[in-house]
Amino acid sequence: MASIVLSGLSKVYGGTVRAVDRLDLSVVDGEFFALLGPSGCGKTTLLRTVAGLEEATEGTVSIGGVDVTALPPGRRNVAMVFQDYALFPHMTVADNISYPLKIKKVPREERRRRAAEAASSLSLDGLAERRPAELSGGQQQRVALARAVAYHPAVFLFDEPLSNLDARLRLEARTFLKKLQRDLGVTTMFVTHDQAEALALADRIAVMESGRIRQLGTPREVFGRPANTLVANFIGSTPMNLLPGTISGPDLLVHGQRLAVPPGSPVDLRPVTVGIRPEYLDLSVSHSDADAPQEHGDGALRGVVAIVENLGTASLVTLEAEGFSVAATVPEGEEPAVGTEAWVRPRPGRLLLYGEGGELLGASPVPSAKG
Amino acid sequence: MSAAVFARRVGFYTLVCVVLAFFAFPLLWLVATPFDAHPALGVTWPELTLRNFSALRHNPYALRSLLNSVLLAAGTAAIVVAAAAFAAYPLARVRIPGRNALLYLLLLLSSIVTGTAAMVPIYQLVFQLGLIDSRLGVVLVVSGGLLPAAIFILKDFMDTIPRSYEESARVFGASPFQILRDVVAPIARPGLATIAVWTIVQVWGNFLLPFILLRDPGKQPAAVLMRTFYTEGGQPNLALLSTFSLVYAVPVVAMYLFVNRRYGFRFHGGIKS
Repeated sequence: MASIVLSGLSKVYGGTVRAVDRLDLSVVDGEFFALLGPSGCGKTTLLRTVAGLEEATEGTVSIGGVDVTALPPGRRNVAMVFQDYALFPHMTVADNISYPLKIKKVPREERRRRAAEAASSLSLDGLAERRPAELSGGQQQRVALARAVAYHPAVFLFDEPLSNLDARLRLEARTFLKKLQRDLGVTTMFVTHDQAEALALADRIAVMESGRIRQLGTPREVFGRPANTLVANFIGSTPMNLLPGTISGPDLLVHGQRLAVPPGSPVDLRPVTVGIRPEYLDLSVSHSDADAPQEHGDGALRGVVAIVENLGTASLVTLEAEGFSVAATVPEGEEPAVGTEAWVRPRPGRLLLYGEGGELLGASPVPSAKG
Repeated sequence: MSAAVFARRVGFYTLVCVVLAFFAFPLLWLVATPFDAHPALGVTWPELTLRNFSALRHNPYALRSLLNSVLLAAGTAAIVVAAAAFAAYPLARVRIPGRNALLYLLLLLSSIVTGTAAMVPIYQLVFQLGLIDSRLGVVLVVSGGLLPAAIFILKDFMDTIPRSYEESARVFGASPFQILRDVVAPIARPGLATIAVWTIVQVWGNFLLPFILLRDPGKQPAAVLMRTFYTEGGQPNLALLSTFSLVYAVPVVAMYLFVNRRYGFRFHGGIKS
């Protein structure tokens, strides 16, 4: 099959706008790889450059060990699924799926067989003679996938293929897509702005911003140890708590409240940002160590419950303290009443410190993008 | 309903009827007179006969002129549709500096090409090319006059076709020509049909250009031939004129109805999805 290797890849628009900035990346064979980032971060441009729809300004693109930088899109053996699916409105479902094979001059019989095979593997049986306008959004999306599957490409390129579906259908399509990719084992590059989608689907995620990769890692790494505050802010359905703090000897001060400094952190007085996910904070209303005065650095933050938001199986509780507010999730049925005093304690190993530039302290710098 | 409102309504509808009759009258004349044994410049209940049609059939030039009209219209439509499609597609897709200025300038100048003022230089040009008294000469000049507007309308159609259709075909390896043939042209078909019908109507009704450029009565189209239907006494031959007018008008109306039903006329693009 095929790996994708990008080296020193740049795409410059109009001489000044660097949509993709000297990017090195390699996607291994059979991997489900997600490009994640806010709109305008260059992820779609990167995908289109891999497809050949955009010409690289500098650098090279290799697919399956072959340098394809100078090849037109049609000779790269990739299949792309667009956000609007790009199904040809004047062709039937069967014609849509077999059109790429017709271009490749595959004989009619084989064309028909492969199209029918792809259609039935994507549960499109009985729709072959319909036109795209007569299909639901989910069916259209599956026809677009079937067209890509029937082509037997070396690489799938998906440009936000789930974003035009409604929320419920999107979850179903997500599961479906992951299973399809597992079954076929085709290297897949997937662009999305939805962090939940990237976490759920991908083997590895590249979080992009301003044409650069800000973190590259497995969903677990990207979620659990964001390499910088930008990634920390972007990943997670509830935003990470980012609180201003200072290190003072063994203590970490957040607006006068004390937390334990995580092991391996640099010991000095410079200002830091304390990062802790709401999911990794334990909330209690009866203070475990109630007799001890608050000043003694007991590793919990105290505040008054201000807002409780129901998330379904959990609730997001926001505590107001002097100078800051901090959010924590609590399991269903354990929500404290608004106005009560409560404490939140980070779980061991979950508290992260970020330096003034926003990069993670006590961790290796952004891992080399080479995969 | 009060009497005043009633009176006002009666007055309004009477007025509408008068206006309608005023505009319907010529059409009524056109439909009734060819079947009348004693055609006149008034509408009476006709004394039904088909004699006028057989007289028309025996006119040496009448049917041939209709065929000439068809040839001119079909030739022009073929050139205009093909050339406009090939011009509009790149104009809609490639960013050329001054593209819109160019289009508007062409549109502005095109009214001159088929206009009366340019007849002398056009005659000179066609004469130099040796195309006087040739149908090809008429087709080329009329095509030149109609192309800018056709390009303008078609470009608008093609602007509305999402690029992702073409990009999708490109990723699968389709050549630009395959993309135009398999993807763009079928989607722009209502636009192409509109251009074709509009061109045919323009040529069908054009008098001045074929009148000037075609000398041989055997090559003249219906619109030009019509002026020859006079009696020996110098009076218009109403029997032939009305019958020929009806035969001349029916194909265009029929074509309009057919194309409208098949594709629907639209002067702007838009994809139903």
